Amino acid sequence: MTLTSSSLEIEAAPGADSESLSESAPTSGRRLVHAFVKDWAAVLSSAYIVLIILMALAAPLLARITGWGPYEFDQGAIDPNMGAIPIGPAGGISAEHWFGVEPGSGRDIFVRIAYGAQVSMAVALSATVITTVIGTVLGMLAGYFGGIIDTIISRVMEFMMAFPALIFMIAILSALPSDNRIVLLVVVISLFGWPYLARIVRGQTLSIKEREFVEAAKASGAGSARIIFREILPNITSTILVMAALAVPGYVGTEAGLSFLGVGVVPPTPSWGQMIASAAPWYAVDPMYFVFPGAFLFLLVLSFVTLGDRVRAILVSGETRA
Amino acid sequence: MIRYITGRVLGMVVVLFLVTLFTYAIFFLLSPDPAAQICGKNCTPELIDQIRTNLGLDQPFWTQFFTYVGGLFTGRTFMVAGAPVDCAAPCLGYSFQTSQLVGDMIVQRLPISVTIALGAAVLWVLAGLVTGVLSAAKEGAFVDRFFAGLTLTAMSIPNYVLALVLQFVLVVALGWLPFPQAVSFTDDPGRWFLNFLMPWVVLAAGYAATYTRLTRANVIETLQENFVRTARAKGLAPALVWRRHALRPALTPIVTIFGLDLAGLLGGALITEKVFGLNGVGKLTADSIAANDQPVIMAVTLLSAVFVIVGILVVDLLYSVIDPRVRTGGAQ
Repeated sequence: MTLTSSSLEIEAAPGADSESLSESAPTSGRRLVHAFVKDWAAVLSSAYIVLIILMALAAPLLARITGWGPYEFDQGAIDPNMGAIPIGPAGGISAEHWFGVEPGSGRDIFVRIAYGAQVSMAVALSATVITTVIGTVLGMLAGYFGGIIDTIISRVMEFMMAFPALIFMIAILSALPSDNRIVLLVVVISLFGWPYLARIVRGQTLSIKEREFVEAAKASGAGSARIIFREILPNITSTILVMAALAVPGYVGTEAGLSFLGVGVVPPTPSWGQMIASAAPWYAVDPMYFVFPGAFLFLLVLSFVTLGDRVRAILVSGETRA
Repeated sequence: MIRYITGRVLGMVVVLFLVTLFTYAIFFLLSPDPAAQICGKNCTPELIDQIRTNLGLDQPFWTQFFTYVGGLFTGRTFMVAGAPVDCAAPCLGYSFQTSQLVGDMIVQRLPISVTIALGAAVLWVLAGLVTGVLSAAKEGAFVDRFFAGLTLTAMSIPNYVLALVLQFVLVVALGWLPFPQAVSFTDDPGRWFLNFLMPWVVLAAGYAATYTRLTRANVIETLQENFVRTARAKGLAPALVWRRHALRPALTPIVTIFGLDLAGLLGGALITEKVFGLNGVGKLTADSIAANDQPVIMAVTLLSAVFVIVGILVVDLLYSVIDPRVRTGGAQ
């Protein structure tokens, strides 16, 4: 799923054709929660996501508990005579270093994973919020007002989507100075991410705009702002929710991919993608160094994808039943 | 139709111009001074000034930009260490770091990227369509749920992680496959296939998953259409219902996505090439980014944009041929 521009678009398609989302009355929240709790895939993946969020929040605490900071070198845990590979089985896993240590430096992998979770979550969630807000606002403006506003917004969207996003993200990131990479990553990912959501929202707005209750609101003298926020927005919230949920794993993967390519988070700040990149030359002698960040990243993306998928399924079935 | 195509091509030119402008502006505004880069270690302020004049870096932005665009159409000449280097149109610039014309560097590496992209495309289309149709035919059954799980996994595994895992298992641990090298097809087709197999699988996995899901959704939706029900009701053999009525409309939207995906990859599968060390355009991009070789990054960005934009146009035109329901610019 990582970094393929089409994946976002393809994910967008099912959200778009599930017009039943907007066609029926809003569902009761309680019934959705009930359906959600009974869905083991949804429960498991949200549990993993919560775990990672807690890990990210508690990273400094975890560093204190294990006694190793994310930048601390442990020369005692690596063997200088063996090319600095970790001492002990499975990449130096021990009571002191729960996930072992990095070959070469002896930094604690567990603590670095926890700090890497901070980067992953901060970037993906901020980018999701930003793209959702921009995409919703611009999509609704284009869909509701039409005419010149629609033309301008639609052209800009097409322009952004015609861009080779990955190469361009890399180009921008490699050219920019590296002061605050996390903010920079969020900005760049959001810049190329919003059109996919905006396009769907525009389409939904176009169809809802023609419905009777909007006509009724117009006839009773409601202003544009009122119609957009009180009549149209509540009817597309579930679509937006699904789109946002499906966007998160894309952004997690993009951040990791950019860091893997060396244009994301700069060392020594840990990020999962960057850890995988630095583990690559070692994978034959010390596979565990690669396994931990690889597995954490894979499971996080999988959890978000599954969660988005299940939420969509529950919303669709829940609303058609209602 | 002709008017429609003309309009589309004009729009394409505008978008390409904007992409060029945008990319150039970003490098102009943000990049470190290329003159200082070229100058290297034994550098004096006079030398830097001289290089700047040689490269035209002392000119204002618009002059530099139009020199670049002019080079694309008419070619230009670079002064390298006192000797002129001719760069024929379309001139994509000169990489001072590698002392090569950017166009030549790309042309040398394009075959590998195209091999990787096309091979992967064949793989993911086959895998995606077959599993998608199967899942749709057996909706809700074990096969369907198995493929659903598999596609979620394939979508979620970052391709560099998959690449490293496959490499470890198939090359290091089991020794079934060679470490991928760019073997030429004409030298040894068997070795060519084995060497490219892993890159193809890695690149195709994510795409195959999305194609499976898309195919499944489209086929299921089409099977509920009235014309399929009619065909069944009038007693058409199931195989014919599938072939003539269900599959064609279900698969046409996939042509659109396929065109765009393939176009996006022709400019180089960056991560796959980098992980396997295959010397294609993607690896060139990655290397140039690491070395901050701006002319190359600029050229690759442009090239990819051309592929994508031309791809969109081709797909739109093809689509109106394949799907009789879409007739653009006809007599309405």
